[in-house]
Amino acid sequence: MSTPPTSGTRPGGLSAKARTRIAAGTFLTPFFVLFTVAMIIPVCYALWLSLFTEKQSGLGFDGPRTVFDGLGNYASALGDQAFRDGFWVLLGYCAFYIPLMAGGAIVLALLLDTALARARRFFQLALFLPHAIPGLIAALIWIYLYTPQLSPVVKAMESGGIGFDFFSSQGTLPSIVNIALWEWLGYNVVIFYAALQAVDRSLLEAATVDGAGNWRIAFSIKLPLIRSSLVMVLLFTIIGSLQLFTEPLILNRGSGSAVTSTWTPNMYAYSAAFERNDYGLAAAASVLIALVAAALSFVVTRFTNNRKEARA
Amino acid sequence: MTSPVMIDPAAPARTPARTEGRAPVGAGGARSSRWLSKTAVNGVLVIAALYTLFPLIWLVTAATKDAGNLLGGDVFSFEGFNLGGNLSALSTYQDGVYFRWYGNSLLYAGIGALGCSLVSVAAGYAFDKYRFRGKEKLFALVLLGVLLPSTALSLPLYLLAVKTGTVNTYWAVLIPSLVNPFGVYLSRIFSAGYIPDEVLEAARIDGAGEMRTFWSVGLRMVMPGFVTVFLFQFTAIWNNFFLPLVMLSDKKLYPLSLGLYNWHSTANADPSFYPMVVTGSLLAVAPLIIAFITLQRHWKAGLTAGSVK
Repeated sequence: MSTPPTSGTRPGGLSAKARTRIAAGTFLTPFFVLFTVAMIIPVCYALWLSLFTEKQSGLGFDGPRTVFDGLGNYASALGDQAFRDGFWVLLGYCAFYIPLMAGGAIVLALLLDTALARARRFFQLALFLPHAIPGLIAALIWIYLYTPQLSPVVKAMESGGIGFDFFSSQGTLPSIVNIALWEWLGYNVVIFYAALQAVDRSLLEAATVDGAGNWRIAFSIKLPLIRSSLVMVLLFTIIGSLQLFTEPLILNRGSGSAVTSTWTPNMYAYSAAFERNDYGLAAAASVLIALVAAALSFVVTRFTNNRKEARA
Repeated sequence: MTSPVMIDPAAPARTPARTEGRAPVGAGGARSSRWLSKTAVNGVLVIAALYTLFPLIWLVTAATKDAGNLLGGDVFSFEGFNLGGNLSALSTYQDGVYFRWYGNSLLYAGIGALGCSLVSVAAGYAFDKYRFRGKEKLFALVLLGVLLPSTALSLPLYLLAVKTGTVNTYWAVLIPSLVNPFGVYLSRIFSAGYIPDEVLEAARIDGAGEMRTFWSVGLRMVMPGFVTVFLFQFTAIWNNFFLPLVMLSDKKLYPLSLGLYNWHSTANADPSFYPMVVTGSLLAVAPLIIAFITLQRHWKAGLTAGSVK
């Protein structure tokens, strides 16, 4: 990419190569020190902790002891119905959320990219703004919009003869999908739109000259060309979905609520640590979530790379 | 992005640059069909914009209401206008703890984002401008960090903070905020795009050391990238909820998100908290909305750099 300084030895006596190495080291060190402290060590520590469990000693006089348990915590997490159910909830969530999100964002970006669209900058900003809202506040706003006493939406729906309880067991998943969609739709529209803008215009002209219509151009030319953006959006959407926590936490309104305190895997890890004080189990659950994220990212990137090679 | 189709550059341009929506010229019905599709396209966009803006409009009008009218009245009227009352309740409750949270959020997000962008830009610059052994392997490690779910990290960070005695301090929230592998990835792209190697070479020939070259030439040129990383990290820290939730138990150290969550939990029992939560939320989103409106160019550049290559 760039060339290191080629001038020979400086008056200081250091060779150009040594100076380069020192400079690169100096610029990289702060980041990698922090990276190690805030990412690598926690991951290793979680792996380590996940191998230990607390056991009551023989007669229970000495309080709990920490003992090596091998993969015991992983076995108990995976053996726990509540933890497994969390992944089913996520699967259901993704089944709704990902098609709606990706489909909606692509359609809106394609519409913005047509010559027919007006006020493009306004629409981009209007769609993007929810992303500036903290997830917690987004969830709060929507909870209020779901609450019958507070909400103009529920009132309007009722006067139209539609009764829908957003907090019921059937209503919970759509409620949460809607909040996430609201937060991320515009963000992804902007990504797709930017990718569409980079598409070579002469290619589109050629297609028009050859008689391709708008639909044909959108599906056969534009979409294949923005596939790398699509992969990135899918990747971040999947990783984001695995972290589902804030929105359901706010929907969890005590016992009897459709959203339990272990509703998603993340909530399970949180409750293992802070309600049951079982750090080993919490660490094992965190590691499992990270592993699933890694596996899914691998599958998404691999799948799309293969497609690319097959085309070439 | 290279196109697989070759187009003869000598061929006369038969159509204007953006023609994909243009109806065939001359056909009588085409004009009305074009009008129809124009209405349809913009209609869908208007509906989508209403969907994203409506909750924000609700937040603004709801923040002006007293508890009674928030719960019973028409939200979009200015009946029961009580914005002043809500603001004064916000500033006096528990000796103005809300504005303490506001200050904390500014501190976490401001210092965190500033430190993070400096560190990221320096690392991105090094990845772009220097050649050294194991560079791409090291960069792959950074990319791996991008894919690590941050909430899966928060619990281990908490357990580590307990071990080191930093739990429930400013540091517990601040230090993890200084790291963003995606910022390094972006910085590398920005460095490649904004800093020509020739300029660095010229600075070196003039006798500037590597530090000096970075500080007074590289950093200046990559400023748009710096602002972009800063903006994204500022938003990420301001919006972060999970990390402060696990790390902090002292209310005085809370950022806004955690404080508002705390009030929200109380509001079910005591409805007088509703106006405080709503008004507090409005004030909490205001700086981000202003930042995004004024810095449009930068966040778009950030999103684009991340996706289009």
